[in-house]
Amino acid sequence: MIAAQSTLNLPDNQRIVITGIGLTAPNGNSLGEVRDALLNGRSGVSGYEIRYVGKTLAGVCDFDSRKYQARKDIRRGTRAGSVGVFSANEAIANSGLDWENVDRSRVGIYMGVTEHGNVETENEIYELKGYDYDIAFWSHHHNPRTVANNPAGEVALNMQITGPHYTIGAACAAGNAGVIQGAQMLRLNECDVALAGGLSESIHTFGIFASFKSQGALAEHQDPTRASRPFDVDRSGIVVSEGGCVFVLERLDDAKRRGAQIYGELAGYAINTDATDFVLPNPERQSECIFLALRRAGLAADQIDIVSTHATGTGSGDVQECAAIRTVFGKSERTRINNTKSFIGHAMGAAGAIELAGNLCSFQDNVCHPTINVDQLDPECELPGLVLNESQEIDKPEYILNNSFGMLGINSAVIIRRI
Amino acid sequence: MTPAEIRNEILDILEDIAPDEDLSGLKDEVAFRDQLELDSMDFLDIVMELRKRHRVQIPEESYGELASMQSTVTYLEPLMKDLQKA
Repeated sequence: MIAAQSTLNLPDNQRIVITGIGLTAPNGNSLGEVRDALLNGRSGVSGYEIRYVGKTLAGVCDFDSRKYQARKDIRRGTRAGSVGVFSANEAIANSGLDWENVDRSRVGIYMGVTEHGNVETENEIYELKGYDYDIAFWSHHHNPRTVANNPAGEVALNMQITGPHYTIGAACAAGNAGVIQGAQMLRLNECDVALAGGLSESIHTFGIFASFKSQGALAEHQDPTRASRPFDVDRSGIVVSEGGCVFVLERLDDAKRRGAQIYGELAGYAINTDATDFVLPNPERQSECIFLALRRAGLAADQIDIVSTHATGTGSGDVQECAAIRTVFGKSERTRINNTKSFIGHAMGAAGAIELAGNLCSFQDNVCHPTINVDQLDPECELPGLVLNESQEIDKPEYILNNSFGMLGINSAVIIRRI
Repeated sequence: MTPAEIRNEILDILEDIAPDEDLSGLKDEVAFRDQLELDSMDFLDIVMELRKRHRVQIPEESYGELASMQSTVTYLEPLMKDLQKA
């Protein structure tokens, strides 16, 4: 149970800390690479082509899938599985855990996903068309590749983890939701180490692109690196991206005992629901979600140093989130506000986790990375603390709040404290 | 297809489904499972590939015939002798 007060008052076995980070993003395959890209305005968006949609834009990852997987495992599994295997292995390596001697039955895997199974289903139907839709040619690999727990299960298989594993389906709030789930399971003593975060293979399903296009929400721009432009008046929609980010979460007492490096502590979180529309966000519920996270952390809005926004570059969504943020942080002089999707597009299930990870480096370098591609700020997105186009040095930050929202009205906010 | 051509076709399929394996020293008379890391899903891949490439249907009760290269070629020879090598 989380108290409506600072977690500083909780015993160490109820305080959850981040002790490792592994990721792949369109602009880097390690936290250092991504941070460098964020501070130097390097986009990860490029031209991309996919069946039926044709030429479009996407954030594509170039991690070495062979680093942790045999060719056969890559062939048998899914892209989301490979993204997860890479990110999880990197996170464990980064954590300094004595992995060979970790009790794998006490490790839990909690991976947020926006969707899973579209890629394989589309591919199989495409193949089947060549056989006049005779299902005798439908692959026996279809079910193990498309079960909803596939990406987490592939991580378990690869790393010989025998504790609980599953995915958390939470649309584009999934990255935060994975972290929250992992923390909850640690508090319940369901595991001693949680591999938690979010994954996305979404650039490999034409349906995601086509659906956003039909919705009038797929970004277009002559220069791919300028296509993802939240808060700009000329924003035209979402750039779909793939990626993954896995955090190693531990209870504070365990982390202290082994002298682990600690990136930050989960100071508060909240998930709530709009219950108003399939697609359109509800700023009132979003602000309620943020307030709830603050209350659980025992914090006032003006104690938050950085708000990492969810904004995806859609006309309506950005304005709605800015309204929610204005309600909460409108009078906070301390709070800086940025956006990572302007660099890498929308990494869907991985977005919340990658965006949080990139901002965590502020605890070390005292810099808030910007939102890039804002040539002309949309007046409806005007907020006092927006960091636009150039990084800003800030006073030693203590708290970062990470927003992640998704379709069907799921909202999430995670607050991390410097420790 | 001749037995040699059928053998090459099976080798080609194995290269796809077991890309990490060195098939150069494959012993035809020894069971695949005793010299390669193949599981039941891999054997289903062999069945599926033969179906896709050559429309050869292998009934489930005959899957045991695919135990080794030698038994596979022997089993497939009457089914594929009239097929042309692609």
